[in-house]
Order: sequence, then structure tokens, then C-alpha cells
Amino acid sequence: MKAPAVSTRRLFVVALVVSLLLAGVASYYASSHPDGLEHVAEQTGFIDSAEDSATSDSPLADYRTTGVDDARLSGGLAGVIGVVVMLVVSTGLFWLVRRRDPSDADADSHADSHADSHADTR
Amino acid sequence: MHVPDGFLDAPTSVATGVVAAAAVAVALRGARRELDDRTAPMAGLVATFVFAAQMITFPVGAGTSGHLMGGALAAVLVGPWTAVLCLSVVLVVQALLMADGGVTAIGTNITLIGVVTVAVGWGVFVVLRRLLPSRIALVAPAAAVAALLSVPVAALVFTGLFSVGGNAPVDMGAVATAMLGWHTVIGIGEAAITGLVVGSVVATRPDLVHGARPLLVERVLETRTVATP
Repeated sequence: MKAPAVSTRRLFVVALVVSLLLAGVASYYASSHPDGLEHVAEQTGFIDSAEDSATSDSPLADYRTTGVDDARLSGGLAGVIGVVVMLVVSTGLFWLVRRRDPSDADADSHADSHADSHADTR
Repeated sequence: MHVPDGFLDAPTSVATGVVAAAAVAVALRGARRELDDRTAPMAGLVATFVFAAQMITFPVGAGTSGHLMGGALAAVLVGPWTAVLCLSVVLVVQALLMADGGVTAIGTNITLIGVVTVAVGWGVFVVLRRLLPSRIALVAPAAAVAALLSVPVAALVFTGLFSVGGNAPVDMGAVATAMLGWHTVIGIGEAAITGLVVGSVVATRPDLVHGARPLLVERVLETRTVATP
């Protein structure tokens, strides 16, 4: 097979940059209307049964950073911190869960993972 | 559709907590088959992207908004078991760090957004992949249709839970109609984002898309057959 046009590393960097821009910048322009469930709860009369979360005093509650007054900065910082936490926690989890023994690899990806590990040793 | 604390009573929240814990336990075993040295970082990025994309709430009319759930998206990109774990990490981080979705409602939210949307999204995608011609170009449209259906189904499951364990006496018919209506509109947004993102990855690196792999294997075999004299 021919070499892929976009390297895995490049794709991952693009995905991370897009995530940071969404959470850190674009989120400021997101709609502040209630979401579908909240809207239905208001309309049909059960919104008052909602209670404050036990974490509502968290420094990043409601995607705002406590102590940062500027709305754009406060939301953007909370988003970027969230992205970093997500990246560390989820990649860490998946790295622990992944299979290491080539013998139980899926048939279709066996050759690929072998080639990868070969390339890494160089 | 993050359910806050208080909407559902304690027995229902405990029940969805048990469902969520069981689903995560099964997914931890299943994800091992989907994750290797290359797909593990990919899965971490998919979870991170879903978290970021969920911050982008889009207006759907009448003062209402929606955002990506990401179950179908994650399932097609990294496999259904890994997708359950992706969404679970997103929901736990949101509930604990951002107070987005209740803490006692974590089980409910993992059940609705982590299990139902992934199960419906992956199920519909696999059925479509079987019915449609085996072409890589059809992976993104199939994922979009799967995403579209996953949102109203999750809304109906919430309605079911609320009819059993809702903490307020309301007209369930009205709740069902409103939930289904709004979440069908939100599902269109889900379909658009899912189709765009899956389409972009399929166009650049189809080999990294879990749901596209069976089609790639067929393609390679076909090429070899033709090339053999």
C-alpha cells in the first residue's frame, strides 16, 4: 500500500489544535439558550425539580474560571483546562487498556501494529 | 441533554448508575480489542474533541440550543466499546470539573449519552454499511444517518426514565412529544457535525477509522486479485 498522505502525528496535532480552538475560542460564540432538555423541562413544568450540582462551587463550574472577570478569557481558560484534563485522562486510560500482546491483535491490524513497532525501534 | 441532579429520584438514579457501571466494565474488556499503540492516542483525541465540541451549543430555534452528543461519531472513529469509554470520561470530567450534568446523575448521563447514543449510532451504522455498496465514500453519510437517529432515541429513553422516576408530576405525553420533536432537530446538527468530522478523517486517513476498516480490507483483497496474473 502507498504511504498515507497525512502522517498520524500530523492528524493528531490537527485534532488537538481544533479541540483547543473550539473550547478556548469558539465556545465564546456558542448559544447561551437552554438546551433541548432544559427547554422541555421549562415548557412542561419540571425545571424546578433540578438541584444545584455538588460541584457547582468548583473553580471551573459552568465553564467559567473563578477569579477571571473577562467573559471571553474566563470561558476560554476553562475550556482549555478541560481539554488538557481530557487529553491526559482519556489518553492515559486508553494507553492502559490497549492490547500489548501481538497474539491477540485483530487480524486486520496485526500487520500494521507490527510495522509500527518496527519503525519505533529505529 | 445533560441531566441535572434532582430530575430523577434516587432509585432510578441508582438503577442507571448500575447500568452505567456494568456498561463501563464490559466496555473496558471490549475496548482492549479495539485499542493498540496507534489507536489508543487516537481514542484519547476523539474523547478530547467530543468534550470540546460539546461546548459549542448551536441554536435550534425558539430560544433553544443543542450540542453534539458524539456517540455515533466516536463509535465510527474508534469502535463502539472505546466510544462508551470516551463518552464516560467526557461526562465524568464535565460533571466533576464543570458542574455540567449532575453528580448523582452521572449514571443517568452515561447511560443516555455514553451507552444509548453509542449503541444506536453503531447499530444503525453497521446495518447501513451492510445494506449500502461497500464504498469508503459512504462511511461518512452512514455515520451521519446513525448520528441523526441516536439523538431522538436517547431523548425517548430519558422520557422513559422520567415516566418511571421523575420527581415532578407532569403530563408524560407532552414531555415525550416535546423531547422527541426538539431532539430530532438537534439530531440534524449531530448528523451534520458527525458527517463532516468522519468525512474529513476518512478522506485523509481511512485506515484510522474503525468503521471503515472492513471496507479497506476488501479493497486491498480486490486489488491483489486483479494484480495477480
